[in-house]
Amino acid sequence: MNARKPVIIVVEDDPPIRRFLRTSLNAQGFAVHEADCGQRGIVEAGVRKPDLMILDLGLPDMDGVEVVKSVREWSQLPIIVLSARSAEQPKIEALDAGADDYLTKPFGLGELLARIRVALRHSVRTSEQTESGTFVSGTLTVDLIRRQVRVDGREVALTPIQYRLLAVFVKHAGKVLTHRQVLKEVWGPAHAEDFHYLRIYMSQLRHKLEGDPTQPQHLITESGVGYRLKVHEDKPNQVPTNSPDSN
Amino acid sequence: MEDLRPDPDGLLARVELERAKARRGRLKIFFGAAAGVGKTYSMLMAARERRAENIDIVVGLVETHGRKETAALLGGLEILPRLTVDYRGAALQEFDLDGALRRKPSIIVVDELAHANSPGCRHPKRWQDIQELLDAGINVYTTLNVQHLESLNDDVGQIAGVRVWETVPDTVFEDADEVELVDLPPDELLVRLREGKVYLPQQAQLAERNFFRKGNLIALRELALRQTASRVDAQMLDYREGHAIREVWQVGERILVCIGPNALAERLVRAGKRLAAGLRADWIVAYVETPELVRLPPERRDGVLRILRLAEQLGAETITLSGTEMSEAIIRFARDRNINKIVIGKPSRRGWKRWLLGSVVDTLIGHAHNINIYLLGSPQQGEADGEHDGELERYHKNRGPIPGLTMRIWPRKRGRYLGYLWAVAATAISSLLAWVMFGRFELANLVMVYLLGVVYIATRYGRGPSILTSVLGVAVLDFFFVTPYLSFSISDTQYLVTLLAMLIVAVLISSLMTNVRTQAKVAAHRERRATVLYAMSKELTSSQREDEILRTSVRHLHTEFGSQNVILFPDASGRIVYPTGRSLPESLHGADLGVAQWVFDHNEIAGQGTNTLPGSKAVYFPLANDDRVLGVLALLPVNLRRVFLPEQQKLLDTFVRLISQAITRIRLAEHARVTQLQMEAEQLRNSLLSSISHDLRTPLATIVGSASALVEEDQTLAVEDKQELSRAIFDEAQRMSNLVNNILDMARLDAGAVRLDRQWHPLEEIIGTVLTRLQKRLEGRPVVVKLPSGMPMLYADSVLIEQVFINLLENACRYTPAGSPLEISAELSPFAVELAVADRGPGIPKGRESQLFEKFYRLRHGQGQGGVGLGLAICRSIVEAHGGTIDAHNRSSGGAVFSFMIPQDNTPPSLQQDDPLPGTELQDPAASGPP
Repeated sequence: MNARKPVIIVVEDDPPIRRFLRTSLNAQGFAVHEADCGQRGIVEAGVRKPDLMILDLGLPDMDGVEVVKSVREWSQLPIIVLSARSAEQPKIEALDAGADDYLTKPFGLGELLARIRVALRHSVRTSEQTESGTFVSGTLTVDLIRRQVRVDGREVALTPIQYRLLAVFVKHAGKVLTHRQVLKEVWGPAHAEDFHYLRIYMSQLRHKLEGDPTQPQHLITESGVGYRLKVHEDKPNQVPTNSPDSN
Repeated sequence: MEDLRPDPDGLLARVELERAKARRGRLKIFFGAAAGVGKTYSMLMAARERRAENIDIVVGLVETHGRKETAALLGGLEILPRLTVDYRGAALQEFDLDGALRRKPSIIVVDELAHANSPGCRHPKRWQDIQELLDAGINVYTTLNVQHLESLNDDVGQIAGVRVWETVPDTVFEDADEVELVDLPPDELLVRLREGKVYLPQQAQLAERNFFRKGNLIALRELALRQTASRVDAQMLDYREGHAIREVWQVGERILVCIGPNALAERLVRAGKRLAAGLRADWIVAYVETPELVRLPPERRDGVLRILRLAEQLGAETITLSGTEMSEAIIRFARDRNINKIVIGKPSRRGWKRWLLGSVVDTLIGHAHNINIYLLGSPQQGEADGEHDGELERYHKNRGPIPGLTMRIWPRKRGRYLGYLWAVAATAISSLLAWVMFGRFELANLVMVYLLGVVYIATRYGRGPSILTSVLGVAVLDFFFVTPYLSFSISDTQYLVTLLAMLIVAVLISSLMTNVRTQAKVAAHRERRATVLYAMSKELTSSQREDEILRTSVRHLHTEFGSQNVILFPDASGRIVYPTGRSLPESLHGADLGVAQWVFDHNEIAGQGTNTLPGSKAVYFPLANDDRVLGVLALLPVNLRRVFLPEQQKLLDTFVRLISQAITRIRLAEHARVTQLQMEAEQLRNSLLSSISHDLRTPLATIVGSASALVEEDQTLAVEDKQELSRAIFDEAQRMSNLVNNILDMARLDAGAVRLDRQWHPLEEIIGTVLTRLQKRLEGRPVVVKLPSGMPMLYADSVLIEQVFINLLENACRYTPAGSPLEISAELSPFAVELAVADRGPGIPKGRESQLFEKFYRLRHGQGQGGVGLGLAICRSIVEAHGGTIDAHNRSSGGAVFSFMIPQDNTPPSLQQDDPLPGTELQDPAASGPP
């Protein structure tokens, strides 16, 4: 990590959850600033030069999605949204608006730290990746320059679209992508609603990349929201990256 | 009578009557013998006295006729503005009924009870206005002259030579709470008249010469006094009855008044009324429809109908009897109903006709023992005819021509002409036969041939044609076959006897046959009526929905009464509105909602042919059950007779009752169903509460206990202990979280708040997501996934279907030994996908398969299995929301299978595969596949 403590802004109106986040994140070596409403959160984001924002979607003064949009106007600051379990729609809206990841309440500290790590690394690694041109995660290797995909060292033949699809996931490795985001990026905005189309291609891709498509290791489905390319840590002794939503 | 106790039923009826009277306003009539005796004056004096007592009294309408003394009395009294009615350009001043109802005083003064309102008012007569005021609980003061009493109408006409058409039914007079006789000796009245206190001088002279003759005045005074006296008498009797003083009282008097289609009918009815009132007896007015009477022109039959209505107004029960012989029908009815007095007109047949053909009266006297028969003299011939014509004219003036009537007569007439043609033809055929037989057979046999023709025509075409056949037959027989031939003269007298006998026999046969025919018709008619009633009641009882009942009713009413109908109901605010549903060809459009509203509010019939709002086209009947009005039936008859003939009226009444009952039945059933649902919901809520409170409290107890230990005993606890307590808190919190999620899911599904977001999903992806999410839970268990080859797709809400799998798998983990294998499988059929989760556990106890999916059902209670018993219920809700089914059974090889079916009503989307060769990157799926 960097020399200075990474700064995290917690925008959450419920004091007990703020207390739990502050205590745990401080213990993990983060500097935490709190805001109890959307307006304060936006101000803090401008003032504190944060590395990450944790944002509750149900705020008293404004919709969390509005906060995301507002921040995205001037900053690429990674945002993790927290949402209640019942509906997928607010999560999707927040992700489409530019949030990087989401967590469903109630969640454990382990899940939260894993997400924070992915988000922080992603913002740093965008440049790093283009330099090396190769993405490696567990058994999967993608050579972005030579357009080569290998699983367990065997080369896998992909169709142009399958490859383009995979490339989008590699670009946002570890991050949740909504169906709409993927469709826009691969097929263009005109096809942003053809979800079943994407699902079929995802299924094809899994058949080529996964040992058992019903127990995927790389291309994880985020139920009702979208997909995520799971990043398998190089060092196995780190906090295990639990699957999201496991309860 | 030995038993002197009052009849309990009678007393009860009296209490009811008094209670009803208490709700109604009280009617006080200032009753006098003639105009000018000072009724209005006395009434206003009384009104002033009430005013002085500070009672809220209002003058609704008083005619002063220019009398100064009367006008002076009006000073200081509140006077209601009159209603101006526009009638053919003339502005008429009338009593404002609605204004009075709105003002709602304690007492209202309305002059001249017998007044006839101008057309356009709600009621044709003022006494009907006053009935409505009384119904609304307003007390009324009014005036009445004796000559306006309905039952005295004839007598007054005979005494004074002047007939008044503005009459008041005797029931109104009898039901009045108070009658104050305003009496003035005739001499004084004449003095007043001369002084110009009654009419303006010019009119007064005219009046004195005509109506105000001293003899007249004396007679009228006597009538008025007698009427008042009989009222007092009746009150005395009422009092005695109420106090169990019973003597001389004849119980069960029943009077039958028989009327025919002649001028005497009205007088018979009035006489019957007087007799009945005098004897305080029930009375019935009967019209006997014999075959001859059926042939009368419709106008005269309508006249009978009018008389029957009059009788009803006077308080009689009415009935039409049918039979071949009038006397027979009357006697039968009289026996059935225990009639002991019959009022009937004097026989019209006189002299030899009566002797030869008999008369109804003679037969009655001969057969009816124990029955007293009263004969009413018929007026002189000329007078009767004149009166009859006047009556008809009046009828038409009042009602206008009845629509549809002329239309109905025409085809009948044509049928009759056809009958006469056939009569001639039958004679010709008989003659032909006779000609063949002539010379070989006796003349008597030829006669038989002709009689055969008569019988044939009589059975087919009725009386007229058959008589023609008889006469023609005799003539032809005489002309051709009796010597001298080809001449009408008869040489042998014995042939004369033959021909005469033939004529008589033929006529007798034809009249007999006609009667038989009519009887058959009447029987058929009755049978049809019974069938119609049966059919309707059958259809109504089998109807399960209100609109079905309404449609059935409208259709049947149309078939039976030939009317356009509609049944109207009030909306939530009690206002009658037009139904919004689909209308039938039989439906009535454009019913007057104002009239319907009145009928609904008053529970009384109104519209054409009734006393209320007779100007409207349709007739409006209240649909009531136990005094509660449900709605209004509006019926536009083609022909009033089809609705108002007593028989038809009874049938219609039965119809209306059946419809009301059917509607009530449906509404009660609906009510019961709603109550049942509410009870079930209540029960569910209770079991939910008890279950939730238990299941939430248990983990909370652990959490609170462990956490308090950590907070309070931080120093004393060892590190491992702290770890242990924290672990417990974490586990229990997880468990609670699951519980709350399940409860919330169930609540959302139950409330119907879940909207299915059905899309095409590869089955693989769904199962993949489920297995990823359950990774930890399934650790150490082999999970076998068996999917059909290809890329099976499922059209469903993926999040919910995943929930089903998760619940089924968690359930399997909970109830099977750790480490035992699980199996997920899918099968495709063209219209459905069958999915299953199977285990190798102990299986489901026998007979519990269906209960498993009930809410809060758990196989084992209180073993810390951690479920609330909602998981499978949620599965069922989700699957059913998709239109599918779920069930559980044991596998033959051990273990249980939970399988569910999701119907697929769409064909899965197909994609053209993009080319796997590198270098063809230009190919864009947007162009290649129809997304």
